[in-house]
Amino acid sequence: MKPLNRNQIAARVARDIPNGAYVNLGIGLPTLVANHIPKDREIILHSENGVLGIGPKPAPGEEDEDLIDAGKSPVTLLTGGAFFHHADSFGMIRGGHIDICVLGAFQVSAAGDIANWHTGEPDAIPAVGGAMDLAAGAKQVFVTMEHLTKQGESKIVERCSYPLTGVRCVKRIYTDLAVIDVRPDGLHLVEIVAEGLSFDELQRLNRVPLKFRAAA
Amino acid sequence: MINKFFATCEAALADMPDGATVMIGGFGGAGMPTLLIDCLIARGATGLTVVNNNAGNADTGLAALIGAGRVRKILCSFPRQADSWHFDKLYRAGKLELELVPQGTLAERIRAAGAGIGAFFTPTAFGTRLAEGKETRRIGGRDYVLEYPIHADYALIKADRADRWGNLTYRKTARNFAPIMAAAAKCTVVQVRETVELGELDPETIVTPGIFVKRVIRLH
Repeated sequence: MKPLNRNQIAARVARDIPNGAYVNLGIGLPTLVANHIPKDREIILHSENGVLGIGPKPAPGEEDEDLIDAGKSPVTLLTGGAFFHHADSFGMIRGGHIDICVLGAFQVSAAGDIANWHTGEPDAIPAVGGAMDLAAGAKQVFVTMEHLTKQGESKIVERCSYPLTGVRCVKRIYTDLAVIDVRPDGLHLVEIVAEGLSFDELQRLNRVPLKFRAAA
Repeated sequence: MINKFFATCEAALADMPDGATVMIGGFGGAGMPTLLIDCLIARGATGLTVVNNNAGNADTGLAALIGAGRVRKILCSFPRQADSWHFDKLYRAGKLELELVPQGTLAERIRAAGAGIGAFFTPTAFGTRLAEGKETRRIGGRDYVLEYPIHADYALIKADRADRWGNLTYRKTARNFAPIMAAAAKCTVVQVRETVELGELDPETIVTPGIFVKRVIRLH
């Protein structure tokens, strides 16, 4: 079996983002999605700190300390981009104006709960940022993550053991092994993306039952 | 004649008492009013409650204020950073109280204070640890958490340009929390890059009208 690498996962997510979508990308793996948006699509990227229309990274020396994204990295603004304050920015999120947000996760449950902000360790310093607002507010929440932990356990679980970020909010999960939809009646396999991985083997690794509809 | 320009930061912050609640603008370095924070450290007000998205970076600005032991409590969404060592140390030692607030809830609680809203229901954090003990309500088939406004005695913010009435414009993502903090505090003190004559700011581009601003300091 050959799992996808991080860039390949990001590219797979990018394929599903339609022209004209307003999209918020989380920090880490989700940020990579921006590099793979097909050239013939106009996608407007939102960042929580108050910007719509984020462009590519600035050239070295061209950075502007007043123009950063939610990860506090320097960015550029596309022609047509806009700035606004934090309450408006989160109004866009909570008010259901963001079509898709892509989040990383520690765990996703079969019901679509997501855990991505806290490991639950007692001495950990908690930090949540905008993750709970995005989970609760975006029209569609996509999750990208490696399918298995370093110990080989599935991050897709019956119930999350880590503290929750949001409940019943994840619509689709993209991993290095598969694309899986979360529906009211359970998890549905959309596509196996790891080369040479059978459904039975995926089901064994995933543990939570997967429904499989034959390709249309 | 109205004139909100102050000659020095010291004069603009002279009346801040110990124990004040202070909102500090900025998201990371963008919009951080470092001149005002440096003055606050030099002046010595202590026992402060600070509202900011983060808990400071490295050894300057808010991190320096925390490092100087002036902050009793912080309300923020994301304290943990690779370089938040001043916060980390005091928090772990139990010398700094933390109220962790989801970023959008933080923004809306600040906005609500400035807008005279008594409380609001938000879907954010429902079913999570950050909603434990809070009143919830099901409205139209959706679950919400009750949240209260955050008022402040002072807001220290950074803007780009100001006139003597305190009208403000901002620059790019440095705007972030400044407009809502300006409205939520009893006394808003602004550090600006440039001061201009009344009438020079296009009324269509003023983001924070002077009604929300008390004192303006120009960066030299």
